[in-house]
Amino acid sequence: MCGIAGLIHKGKTVNIGKELRDMLQALKHRGPDSTGYALYGEGSNGDYIMRFKVGENVGEGSSAVNEDKSVYDSRKKQVDSHLKELGAQIVKEDRLTPYSFRYIIKYDKDLMEFSKKIESVEMTEILSLGKSLELVKDLGDANTVSKQYGLDKMKGTHAIGHSRMATESGVDIRSAHPFWGYPFSDMSVVHNGQLTSYWNNRRALERKGMRFMSECDSELIAVYLAEKMRRGIALEEGMKDSIKELDGVFTYLVATKDSLGMAKDVMAAKPMVLYESDDLVALGSEEIAIRTLLPQEIDTYDPYEGEVKVWQT
Amino acid sequence: MANLKQVKDSKAHSMGLHKEVLTGRTQQVFFNSEEAENFFYYGAYDVDFNKRTEVDVADKSCKELNGKLNSLIEEGYGTIVVKNPQGKHSLGVGILNKLNLIFEGSLGYFAVGSIDGPIVRITGRVGWSCAENMMAGKVVVEKNAGSCFGAAIRGGDLICRGSVGARTGIDMKGGTIMIGGDAGIFTGFMMQRGRIIILGNTGPNLGDSMYDGTIFVGGTIKSLGSDAVESKLTSLDIAWLKRKLKVAEIGSDFDVSKMTKIVSGKKLWNYDKLEPTEKKGAI
Repeated sequence: MCGIAGLIHKGKTVNIGKELRDMLQALKHRGPDSTGYALYGEGSNGDYIMRFKVGENVGEGSSAVNEDKSVYDSRKKQVDSHLKELGAQIVKEDRLTPYSFRYIIKYDKDLMEFSKKIESVEMTEILSLGKSLELVKDLGDANTVSKQYGLDKMKGTHAIGHSRMATESGVDIRSAHPFWGYPFSDMSVVHNGQLTSYWNNRRALERKGMRFMSECDSELIAVYLAEKMRRGIALEEGMKDSIKELDGVFTYLVATKDSLGMAKDVMAAKPMVLYESDDLVALGSEEIAIRTLLPQEIDTYDPYEGEVKVWQT
Repeated sequence: MANLKQVKDSKAHSMGLHKEVLTGRTQQVFFNSEEAENFFYYGAYDVDFNKRTEVDVADKSCKELNGKLNSLIEEGYGTIVVKNPQGKHSLGVGILNKLNLIFEGSLGYFAVGSIDGPIVRITGRVGWSCAENMMAGKVVVEKNAGSCFGAAIRGGDLICRGSVGARTGIDMKGGTIMIGGDAGIFTGFMMQRGRIIILGNTGPNLGDSMYDGTIFVGGTIKSLGSDAVESKLTSLDIAWLKRKLKVAEIGSDFDVSKMTKIVSGKKLWNYDKLEPTEKKGAI
């Protein structure tokens, strides 16, 4: 089933981590397997923030293979070595769990080559690479993941998130949402639904040099939009194309460093409730997610079939 | 299918205001206003509409509220006001009693589903599948509604003053759904009986695969679904629409004579191959 949520404050920075946590926790019943956050904050003086993992959470319910911490240490060393070879300078590094890291790096060359090199290390995946995006995902509900990664105090303007019920792929971080729009920095996607054209679209994108890290159909949307944007197609245009070119039932949210978008398939088979005011847009699979931000009586509506909307910060 | 034992050929009958006594395989029993006991379910409570109370559900789960509603009905409360529903799911479901129920705010999914008899007013909006499987009664939603509004209803009046999402009245088998605004894709999908009135515009595939029933549209229709066809609006239709909208208190100055009437083309299913009695029941 899965639950998705997103919000964007126009011209205002707030405690975005806490707000999204509350929204996603309200949607826990739609998907308790994993939770993911894509938070857009103030960045770090124009340097890249790279969130990556070198292994999986092997806790209860995980479908991942158990590995020793020393394996993670070895992979981290390889990543550090590759960064040096690429000419990237590590400004700051944090180890958040035994298998996941947050690096601030200085780098000014091609991101695709960069990503390929880093992800050549076994089990290593860049979760996000951007100047304002911080993408965090792990097993458990919104409160669990937020506490684990200290997201409650993260400030920012907008965010999207996902509570996942694993259906077509494993219970692991690799298949959890959001997905980074590799290799387009600061772009992320969350999705509720099923894409029936997954393999056709994936093969076409792979022929164009795009990479897939999972077999989760939702990743396709992120890669699809990133490929469009790499070719200079505006986000909204790419999203409108997706309504025609992707087959299945879906509602998805996409975020970039300064915008938040929503698209719904032509069958309108997946839910989305929208609240819009002059200074805030909030979306959720169910209204109860929005009610965590706005407990007072508000006007909301369901976007219609084939509808695409994009808002700016 | 049912045999019609008694059919009166009158204007009221054509408008659906008749009483029928059905025999045969069907379990369906039509309402007979001359039999007072038909007003109540066995075990239903006699409530006093002047006996009024309020329940705040800000800190209550849907299970707690629904249990509370049952106990208040049992105590004879005929008017219950529910405060701060805050979009919670499955509130006010399974009420098989006469009751005046008011929700001050918005409800989530499956609001007032499987009800039979109460009059419900919701001052906010509702999520997906409001009043699903409603048998009788009246539900008024003051703002917008999500998808599957009135899915599989069997009777009663379901009114949304705002706009509704996709698949409104999917699989409905009776009753009337009235929409003050627009409706999304697949409105009236596979409907089998009953009527839908939409004062605004509709999305694509209106009335797709409908078996029977009627849809009236005041605005534009993006496209008709498979087997949905336009039919002539009769004077009886116009009289019925006027009366229905007046009772529902929507579209008071709406010119119903310009509405478009959509019915089933009956080409998807070969009705001619049905046995005569079944054919009669299907029509």
